[in-house]
Amino acid sequence: MAVLVYIEQVEGQFKKSAFETVSYAKEIAKVLNTQTIAFTIGNASDDVLKTLGIYGADKILTAKNEELKSFSNAAYASAIAEAANQENADIIILSNSFSGKGLTPTLSVKLNAGVVAGAVELPRMEGGKFIVKKFAFSGKVFASVEVSTAKKIISLNPNSYSIIESATSPTIEVFNPQLNIELKTRVKEVIRSTDKVPLPEAEIVVSGGRGLKGPENWNILEDLAEALGAATACSKPVSDAGWRPHEEHVGQTGIVISPNLYLAVGISGAIQHLAGVSSSKTIVAINKDPEAPIFKVANYGIVGDALEILPKLTQAIKAFKG
Amino acid sequence: MKLLVCISNVPDTTTKVTFTDNNTQFNTAGVQFILNPYDEIALSKAIELTEGGKGTVTVIHVGEASSEPTIRKALAIGADDAVRINTYPHDAFFVASQIADYARDKNFDLILTGRESIDYNNALVAGMLGELLSLPSVSIIKKLKIDGTAIEVEREIEGGKEIITVDLPAVAGCSEGVAEAKIPNMRGIMSARTKPLEIIEATASEKLTHVVEYTNPAPRGAVTLLSAGETEKLVELLHTEAKVI
Ligand SMILES: Cc1cc2nc3c(=O)[nH]c(=O)nc-3n(C[C@H](O)[C@H](O)[C@H](O)COP(=O)(O)OP(=O)(O)OC[C@H]3O[C@@H](n4cnc5c(N)ncnc54)[C@H](O)[C@@H]3O)c2cc1C
Repeated sequence: MAVLVYIEQVEGQFKKSAFETVSYAKEIAKVLNTQTIAFTIGNASDDVLKTLGIYGADKILTAKNEELKSFSNAAYASAIAEAANQENADIIILSNSFSGKGLTPTLSVKLNAGVVAGAVELPRMEGGKFIVKKFAFSGKVFASVEVSTAKKIISLNPNSYSIIESATSPTIEVFNPQLNIELKTRVKEVIRSTDKVPLPEAEIVVSGGRGLKGPENWNILEDLAEALGAATACSKPVSDAGWRPHEEHVGQTGIVISPNLYLAVGISGAIQHLAGVSSSKTIVAINKDPEAPIFKVANYGIVGDALEILPKLTQAIKAFKG
Repeated sequence: MKLLVCISNVPDTTTKVTFTDNNTQFNTAGVQFILNPYDEIALSKAIELTEGGKGTVTVIHVGEASSEPTIRKALAIGADDAVRINTYPHDAFFVASQIADYARDKNFDLILTGRESIDYNNALVAGMLGELLSLPSVSIIKKLKIDGTAIEVEREIEGGKEIITVDLPAVAGCSEGVAEAKIPNMRGIMSARTKPLEIIEATASEKLTHVVEYTNPAPRGAVTLLSAGETEKLVELLHTEAKVI
């Protein structure tokens, strides 16, 4: 028995969600009195790999096969399944990231393991049961899901579990999966906007709606985001109108985020919008309409013209940060 | 081209979600059900790809007779025929297994699903289906075009995107951007009534998970309202009270 955690690399580095998933896996392994095995694919250096030990990885398996050079559900899931089998892991943890969402179901079938997709808490493991809480109905409620198979897979929502240090001195082993598969997908191109915090991982998100009137006003929102070290997002009509790229659209039909702080600027707070942001820890609304539904879910609100308030708020943040 | 689109029947987005039986069952009383918005995108793409006699689109739904209005809606949008596997859709694995058992010997070129259904937000069916049928799968795609005997898709990744070629047959989970959702026209609505809807009994498949309880998130306290001049106060509250900056 062991807990295996699959860790994503982005160009040889780990993102925050990597440390969240290791911390989460470690906590489960502690309860079960077993080992936390981290498995990762890519070219991360030993120094980078070792950082997983800070959060409790007892052993680190790293695969660098040529077939794994670019992402594919089939090859990556095969590699993870082989690692899980070698280590006798019956609990497998992944991040509920975009790639995680592809790997989790593939792995589930390979290992005949039940899945809880998008977990927000540690599993409850009393009385031989295994129950994990996740959001359902687009963030409106939680569902506690029982997994009844011997092997279990959990994909952890980004920003849902705190990073916890529990230092180990892990061993690093190269793992060479067989990968008995014929690759039918080929990555032609990877396009990254590296200068920005990826939206699902951002701790602070500044988001603009139709109330900002037009794309020409986005620079004042971006100034605020920069002062806060935040990612930027938008409501659906804003991306539909082409004011902002679709990648920024949050909500039921866009990205679902749960940052520590969500600032909704000129956003009415329609239920479909809230579906993507209601699990944010703190919500601030800036809206000129005191009746806007966003104020019903906001912790803090300013009623007024966003175009006037934003530059002042940016100044205040800069003054605070010194 | 022979296309299969998997559709689910979900509560309308504005539904107030409540439960019965000690918070173990979703309360369907008075709930309006709709075609899952992402499946609508997948279906619209499938129709686009086959327009002008370039192929056929079958929609498949795993669910009980109460879902038929949603299936008829899919036919009205433009699917050629429909299949309903007559059983309760217990969990993602069960649903994927039912669809796989149906599709296995039908030689579909492309199977499309929505990226996730908006009730349980699992995003599992596309990937499971691919693996069960030994077909390549891609999830959360934002663009799709046919490229000979393959498809070229754009997949979302953290802070960017990947352009991937996938050999057909394949399974893809569609997100916003893949197509504009088509609205049924009068002719579509009329013809939907007479298009074939085949009802098939379920095969014996496993369920791997089940929901034991639903709970509501802790209510947020009342909003603290500030005036337009109090931006410094807001910063202070975010630091000392909310502790987020
Ligand atoms: C199936 C479906 C799925 C959907 N999915 C999504 C989704 O994923 N994400 C999403 O966002 N929406 C989604 N929508 C759309 C959603 O219903 C709303 O229409 C949308 O969220 C509204 O965007 P908005 O708040 O930017 O614009 P509006 O509703 O137009 O609100 C603009 C707000 O700005 C305020 N305002 C105006 N001027 C100023 C000013 N100078 N200063 C301050 N405030 C000002 C106004 O008071 C108003 O509250 C979906 C709808 C459907 C039917």
